[in-house]
Amino acid sequence: MNPTVALSEAPGLFTADGLVGLIFLIMLATTVIGGIIACNAERLVRAVAGLIVCFIGVAALYYYLNSPFVAMMQMLIYVGAVCITIAFAIMLAAPEDKKKSGPAGPLTGPLGLITAGLVTFGMAAMALKTDFIPMPKINMGTVENIGVELLTTYSMVFELVSIVLLIAIIGALVIARQGRSK
Amino acid sequence: MSLTVLNAIIAVVIAIGFAALNAAYLVWAERRGAGRIQRRPGPNVNGPFGLLQPLADGCKLMTKQLVIPGGADKALFMVAPVLAMAPAIMSFVTIPFSNVVVAKSMDVGVLMIFAFASLGGMSILFAGWGSRNKYGVMASVRAVSQAISYEVPMLITVITIVMMTGSMNLHDLAVAQSGGFWHWNVIPSLSSPLMPVSFLIFFICSLAETNRAPFDLGEAESELVAGFHTEYGSMGFGLFFMGEYANIVIGASLITILFLGGWGCPFGLFPSVFWFLLKIYILIATFIWIRWTFPRTTIYGLLNLSWKILIPISLFNLLLTAGLLKVF
Repeated sequence: MNPTVALSEAPGLFTADGLVGLIFLIMLATTVIGGIIACNAERLVRAVAGLIVCFIGVAALYYYLNSPFVAMMQMLIYVGAVCITIAFAIMLAAPEDKKKSGPAGPLTGPLGLITAGLVTFGMAAMALKTDFIPMPKINMGTVENIGVELLTTYSMVFELVSIVLLIAIIGALVIARQGRSK
Repeated sequence: MSLTVLNAIIAVVIAIGFAALNAAYLVWAERRGAGRIQRRPGPNVNGPFGLLQPLADGCKLMTKQLVIPGGADKALFMVAPVLAMAPAIMSFVTIPFSNVVVAKSMDVGVLMIFAFASLGGMSILFAGWGSRNKYGVMASVRAVSQAISYEVPMLITVITIVMMTGSMNLHDLAVAQSGGFWHWNVIPSLSSPLMPVSFLIFFICSLAETNRAPFDLGEAESELVAGFHTEYGSMGFGLFFMGEYANIVIGASLITILFLGGWGCPFGLFPSVFWFLLKIYILIATFIWIRWTFPRTTIYGLLNLSWKILIPISLFNLLLTAGLLKVF
């Protein structure tokens, strides 16, 4: 859809395009609200709950962008594995009732507002100035397409990601080892 | 457009209806089965064979007051039961009951069911934590570690089958096994000689993932009062119960589709939705039978079973099948 549609020509709410737009807005709101809860929650478990809401919103956006495989992987990995692991870490740690606030950094208060405003302004300007081109549907986003693309066009990226994971595993081992020798 | 919206709404309503009906009557079946196994009658007063008991239970649960304990995390406490039920209903959308009876056939159907099943662990976690009860928290720690451990061998087994069929669509997986029972995935073939073992692993994992005895460590009555739903009364408890039975139906459906030929007849005649229902109810009856026959394991036994036995065997099976698929 062309973003510069005049309001008078915008699709009505109960047409197909209108409903699709409404669903898109709901997904956006879910993601943003989840993010806000995750950042501002008083208790850590609530922050995890917010993170889950945010991830589900992102998964919905992937589905909206015609890649169901990535959407399901987002759910399976981020909600099913990452959030569960975070929750597990919280439960094994000491209970903490009040949110501890550290010393205020230089980015709180007016300076933080200015930074947020600048970022928002920059993003909005970029979004408005960009000439959006409707792209043709490349493929169906099926498992087969993604597998072929990963092992041909993006094989370099695929290998680099595996190196990152290897480094992460070695790092985790090193950290755990230090704790044990004490 | 309006037709697709209407289709979607009808599919969701049927999914909710099917889940709720199954949940209500599987509770009855479980109690009757438990009674038979323990040589007592079970619920047999309300209606013929006690068939009206679920309705009476439902009325009772819905009219009770919802008590939120003091000090509980209200939002999480309220969200948890809904989170137990909603993913189960979502999963029903992609399960094909026969060649034509399916709400939405998705290319990533298997992944979708596992993606939503992973939300079930979060519901137990929020329930245990939100109710501010030490038994609840202990139960959630157990349930989460159980969920993590048993998802691994389950997914490895599914990968083996997806590799054999070359599709993640549940419909394609079932169609690939059409014909007589000798085409079913559970029967060992030249390229997959360990399939009965995979079937057993998947069956054990689905018992564990649905928190059924002998793996119901999350609600071990003898140690943890009632586990994660200790503080829940009225329909909050009812939703947990319904979610459990809806998950059992989904587990049985997955076993049927992945291993037992979906809606196909064992002798290659008249494939239809009735065969599918027959297979899932036989599996569910087995679930109930196992629950009332075996005592509960310990948490260490449970985790050892997954990490030391099931995961190595399923990994070996994956490698073996991959190699043999390349050869034959």
